[in-house]
Amino acid sequence: MALDTVAIASTTPDQVQPFAELGLKGDEYQRIREILGRRPSSSELAMYSVMWSEHCSYKSSKVHLRQFGEKAPKSDALLVGIGENAGVVDVGQGYAVTFKIESHNHPSFIEPYQGAATGIGGIVRDILTMGARPIAVMDPLRFGPADAPDTRRVLPGVIAGIGGYGNCLGLPNIGGEIIFDQTYAGNPLVNALCVGVMRHEQIKLAKASGPGNLVVLFGAKTGGDGIGGVSVLASETFGASGPAKRPSVQVGDPFTEKVLIECSLEIFAEDLVVGIQDLGGAGLSCATSELASGGSGGMEVELEKVPLRDPSLSPEEILMSESQERMCAIVEPSKIARFLEICEKWDVTVTVIGKVTDGDRLIITWHGEVIVDVPPRTVAHEGPVYNRPMAKPGYLDQLNAKVLDIPMPKNNPEIKAAILKLMSSANMADKSWVTAQYDKYVQGNTIQSQPQDSGMVRIDENTHLGVAISTDANASWSYLNPYEGAKLALAEAARNIATAGAKPLAVTNCLNFGSPEDPAVMWQFAETVRGLADGCLEMGLPVTGGNVSFYNQTGDVAILPTPIIGVLGVIQDVRTHMPMSFDVADLELYLLGETRADLAGSQWAYLHNERGGQAPLAHLKNEMSLIDLLLESQSLCNARHDVSQGGLTATLTEMVLENNIGATVTLEGDLATALLSETPGRVVVAVHKEKAQPLIALASKHKIAITRIGDTGGKSLTINDVALELNELRAAFTGTFPKLFG
Amino acid sequence: MKVGVVTFPGSLDDQDAARAVRFAGATPVSLWHRDSDLHGVDAVILPGGFSYGDYLRCGAISRFAPVMTSIIEQAKSGLPVLGICNGFQILCESHLLPGALTRNQGLHFLCGPQKIRIENTTSAWTSNFVQNREIVIPLKNGEGSFQCDDSTLAQLESEGRVIARYMGENPNGSRNLIAGITNARGNVVGIMPHPEHAIDSLTGPSTDGLAFFTSVLNSLVGK
Repeated sequence: MALDTVAIASTTPDQVQPFAELGLKGDEYQRIREILGRRPSSSELAMYSVMWSEHCSYKSSKVHLRQFGEKAPKSDALLVGIGENAGVVDVGQGYAVTFKIESHNHPSFIEPYQGAATGIGGIVRDILTMGARPIAVMDPLRFGPADAPDTRRVLPGVIAGIGGYGNCLGLPNIGGEIIFDQTYAGNPLVNALCVGVMRHEQIKLAKASGPGNLVVLFGAKTGGDGIGGVSVLASETFGASGPAKRPSVQVGDPFTEKVLIECSLEIFAEDLVVGIQDLGGAGLSCATSELASGGSGGMEVELEKVPLRDPSLSPEEILMSESQERMCAIVEPSKIARFLEICEKWDVTVTVIGKVTDGDRLIITWHGEVIVDVPPRTVAHEGPVYNRPMAKPGYLDQLNAKVLDIPMPKNNPEIKAAILKLMSSANMADKSWVTAQYDKYVQGNTIQSQPQDSGMVRIDENTHLGVAISTDANASWSYLNPYEGAKLALAEAARNIATAGAKPLAVTNCLNFGSPEDPAVMWQFAETVRGLADGCLEMGLPVTGGNVSFYNQTGDVAILPTPIIGVLGVIQDVRTHMPMSFDVADLELYLLGETRADLAGSQWAYLHNERGGQAPLAHLKNEMSLIDLLLESQSLCNARHDVSQGGLTATLTEMVLENNIGATVTLEGDLATALLSETPGRVVVAVHKEKAQPLIALASKHKIAITRIGDTGGKSLTINDVALELNELRAAFTGTFPKLFG
Repeated sequence: MKVGVVTFPGSLDDQDAARAVRFAGATPVSLWHRDSDLHGVDAVILPGGFSYGDYLRCGAISRFAPVMTSIIEQAKSGLPVLGICNGFQILCESHLLPGALTRNQGLHFLCGPQKIRIENTTSAWTSNFVQNREIVIPLKNGEGSFQCDDSTLAQLESEGRVIARYMGENPNGSRNLIAGITNARGNVVGIMPHPEHAIDSLTGPSTDGLAFFTSVLNSLVGK
């Protein structure tokens, strides 16, 4: 394949280029020509095509995501906001914490193990790039029906990939979710969250400043993996048609990443970099253009210096390769010797590939010939922006107006059967078949992990400071009302932090949706962002960053709108953390919050294929009072557990089984509704008898309803006249996953 | 008292092992895989992790690290050495301990609290336990199934060199439920579950693991 240089591009304006095959629209291609004043070279075309893709440019979502900035609550905690690799918040004592969720949905459907593994790898590098030591991961997951044959292919592969990569990095996996729904068949969601910690002064940014500073590539060698559209370009020139030349799913090597983490942290500790960027989606194209764009703009790169795993790669492919475990740093010449020394200590491949210039263009050469000469901002930050048409889905009014038709259990045997049916359903059943494949102990700082309400890690052994994180989404509610659904997910995540005793501080998100070209999907997305931005403003929690995943759609069927909301909180003394389950008998059980008949979008409705009705409305003022109550009553409580999917049935089941101590509960009103309704804003609390009065007084001060519902003890869960032996309940709860996937 | 903790590329539980040494009242000394100098430590821990990415076989490459040359040599003259998980695998590959650790019977990585029984309280790392004490410490590995030939097994059993055995269901298919063994001299111990993750009930399932680390201090004082 002949080298296409900038010089050739200038003299052959009429050469036909495969922009459509690379995913660019005609007008986008024209805009590139206008920016450059000529046709792009094939390398430039490759760069623009990946950087202007939906995944990299956020072109469909940008106009909506602006609300997170416009409606941002005043917060002293935010140190680095949206736009960098990950947001950073101040958690006190000089510590800064960075956290972010990203999706790796499409690769995980094609190749579950590697897709999920490199999803962990990518988000961990984003956190590392901020200057932080990664300290924990979490993974919210969605799959097609649990008993579908393809789910048996995808789920075990995804779990093994998350474990295989995360365990080998030495990062505790402290939580996540697994939910099944028909709409995720063919569109599994694999979201990965990572949290990292550093001192304030260690924060690093992606910018290339200081002319004469060196551009250094370190980590794994570059191979032909993860090259998507560019193989089109490469084969086009050959005039070939047929299967893609290169595999489009990246292959991960966690050992290389672990070494890269330790090497990078040692480099950061000696303050040897001016700016740093990891190589993830769009590889070197992204890293060089974003670094240059974040600095003064000028950079020269000699592409032939990039160390290759596969010497046959073309320059276009090198620019686009998404080979994992690579980082790009900007280093002052006076510090390069020490930088190289540390890389040598860790056996990390390192190469100086270019330098920062005082110009304003990113110039890439291949054996002396200029193949890229572009203003970097036009590649990295000034991509197309679309205000896509949106329309409320036609079916929604009818769906919301629907009177629910779900069989409710009417007598004691039916109640008992309903509890066992609900708790053995794949969505509600015990997930330890999954979490047992993840290391939760490594680093020795894990205070809480699954199945607790939130994951919690200690960040200082001497002062006992810690952080808690929860990720939540209720897509069934978002489907019925995306605006309220986003607020409800936010409220649930914040509540799950507070039950453990941590104060909610900041928000991240991963917004998983169908095709943005479908106006109904775009409306769901816009409503979700509006709801989340309004909710964050009301709750005083800044959005620190996030990720958008579109095109989770098979044919006309989009996934349920699935905004995964992650909330991070701070706990001053992890020794005071509150577990979800009681470990002694003779405690009093109280329900905080009111129960209404909220069955629309519930798990009980899902089990009966009922999608209709009205989602509950979010009462965020009330949720904030509940959070205040939880934080203030910390020292009074013995255990606390959120009430969410599966209602009180799930909360009580999980509480009694965790430490094998039963409970006797008396519920007023219609028992089926009391057990199956999913009214938000509720928590079950276990307290010693003598602490009950102070708790009731605090609840009254915060205007939160409090109801005595029972006592702990015994070997059964007894609700009114329905008794379930713990062994029977446990068999139903824990049998499902091994039966399906074991 | 100084206890060395080796860091290979890919070691993960080295900080945890160092913390356990501190909790026991000794001073942890970080040993780097490329450095054959043991810096005068009184005992050595080979921590858990995936040294060299478990390439080839778990522990097969680490065995050849410069630091191992010194450790193998000094272990033969009595230096107390504890290999935890990947460290146990390295000790087997180094032939300081017999047998091998193979893929778990269920083929999954497994992580969770594990009940084991301490059956040998004469080794350098278990002398502070009461005979047959049942303890709970985390088990977390993908290749933890202890295998050896029949004559080695018979020898380990007859010489009382099984230091700990899994209780309840066999978690990984190990022969005779073996969770840990010692060499004939009692100074080199390999154990698959992780005592260093059970030194503080805030972060682990118990504090049962601490006695491994206090044991070695006692055995050193007694010398």
